[in-house]
Amino acid sequence: MCLAVPGQVIEIGEDNMALVDLAGVRRKVCLDLVDGVRVQDYVLVHVGFALQRIDEEEARRARQQLEAMFALSRGEAEPS
Amino acid sequence: MKYVDEYRDPEEAQRLLEAIRPLAGEPLRIMEICGGHTHAIYRSGLDQVLPESIRFLHGPGCPVCVTPAVRIDQAIALAKRGCIVATFGDMLRVPGSHESLRQASARGADVRIVYGSLDAVEIARKNPGRDVVFLAVGFETTAPANACAILHARELDLENFSVLGSHVLVPPVLRYLLDAPGTEIDAFIGPGHVSTIVGSQDYAFLPEEYGKPVVIAGFEPLDLLEAVLLLLRQRAEGRCSVEVQYRRAVRPEGSPKARAVLEEVFELQDQDWRGIGRIPRSGLGIRPGFAPFDALSRYQPDLPQDVAEDAGEYICGAVIQGAKAPVECPAFGLGCTPEHPFGPGMVSSEGACAALFRYRQNAREARA
Ligand code: SF4
Repeated sequence: MCLAVPGQVIEIGEDNMALVDLAGVRRKVCLDLVDGVRVQDYVLVHVGFALQRIDEEEARRARQQLEAMFALSRGEAEPS
Repeated sequence: MKYVDEYRDPEEAQRLLEAIRPLAGEPLRIMEICGGHTHAIYRSGLDQVLPESIRFLHGPGCPVCVTPAVRIDQAIALAKRGCIVATFGDMLRVPGSHESLRQASARGADVRIVYGSLDAVEIARKNPGRDVVFLAVGFETTAPANACAILHARELDLENFSVLGSHVLVPPVLRYLLDAPGTEIDAFIGPGHVSTIVGSQDYAFLPEEYGKPVVIAGFEPLDLLEAVLLLLRQRAEGRCSVEVQYRRAVRPEGSPKARAVLEEVFELQDQDWRGIGRIPRSGLGIRPGFAPFDALSRYQPDLPQDVAEDAGEYICGAVIQGAKAPVECPAFGLGCTPEHPFGPGMVSSEGACAALFRYRQNAREARA
């Protein structure tokens, strides 16, 4: 029940309902719980609502940090 | 699928495991709070690939599992009065005191499965002559969506829609577990989806008051491995704090809009947890201003009354609280199965007993 899945916003209607592509399945999703969603954004969808925008920039930064951690554990880099 | 496939990369998992091993000399008992994490751990077999020093204790974070039996009884009573009961699919098999909604529906009760709360509002709009009761459960993740249903129903002037709720909160139950004597939790994996709403600040009390580190994690196998690594690094570096691994979706402040909706519709109340009992100020009740949409106030006194929860016959309570593992239960897989659950841990796929049963039957047999 607590599943939340990422999907991409295809269009946003007037009633604040969006059409979201969830791995090929299109669903109507309510945007009442989150601010600033735009077409093409990725959102996390739960029980018919967008919970949050997925932040591509943060996702990328988190990956970089993980790479740095790997480097650290291989002893190839000093902690900064 | 974007944001899923890249988190299921086996080579990346190997690199994470290699980084974890040298830090995992001393035992670490990690409670994953959320049932979604429990499910992901068993599905991906993380508990088996990690060093033995790392143990997962399954937390109480499955809202279906902790919904008190009397809510099911109340929903069945309302269906017998002629109401349409709409609810999430997971709720159908949950045993009430005498029967489940599925059994009641086989006997003619009008029970309908909805995917989301607005579907329940839609049923009410299309059936103006019938009362529609939405049996709504959830943690901070789902509660805003359920609150939104009430706001939509008010906007549509629907007089035939109400919510029979069981809404529970994460921080109070963690305090309850940590205050209990003999707690064995060293660290927490924090609930990713709850945190998209409430943010990371809600958990500051865990390191500050209890000295327990927390990493808020996503739900893919790599997310969880990285969370374990971050917890081990905190220990190795002598730190203890709240960290967010699930940064693509969790902001420190959460979602202010969703929090505002929660605040508008709900207020704090004492709450009964199945398998645990009553915990003060651990749940959300519908504010008196929305009483016409609150099934509990609307249909009193015709409903079965709330009663104190008992922990169940077997070790269900201990399992829900992470104190015992499902395999320690004599009924596990022998009588108690997802088809015929005896207790809360077996009723939802996010319950610890059900997740273990689904993914580990063969492995258990193989090891035996
Ligand atoms: S296996 Fe069944 S009876 Fe045993 S603890 Fe889990 S839910 Fe309760």
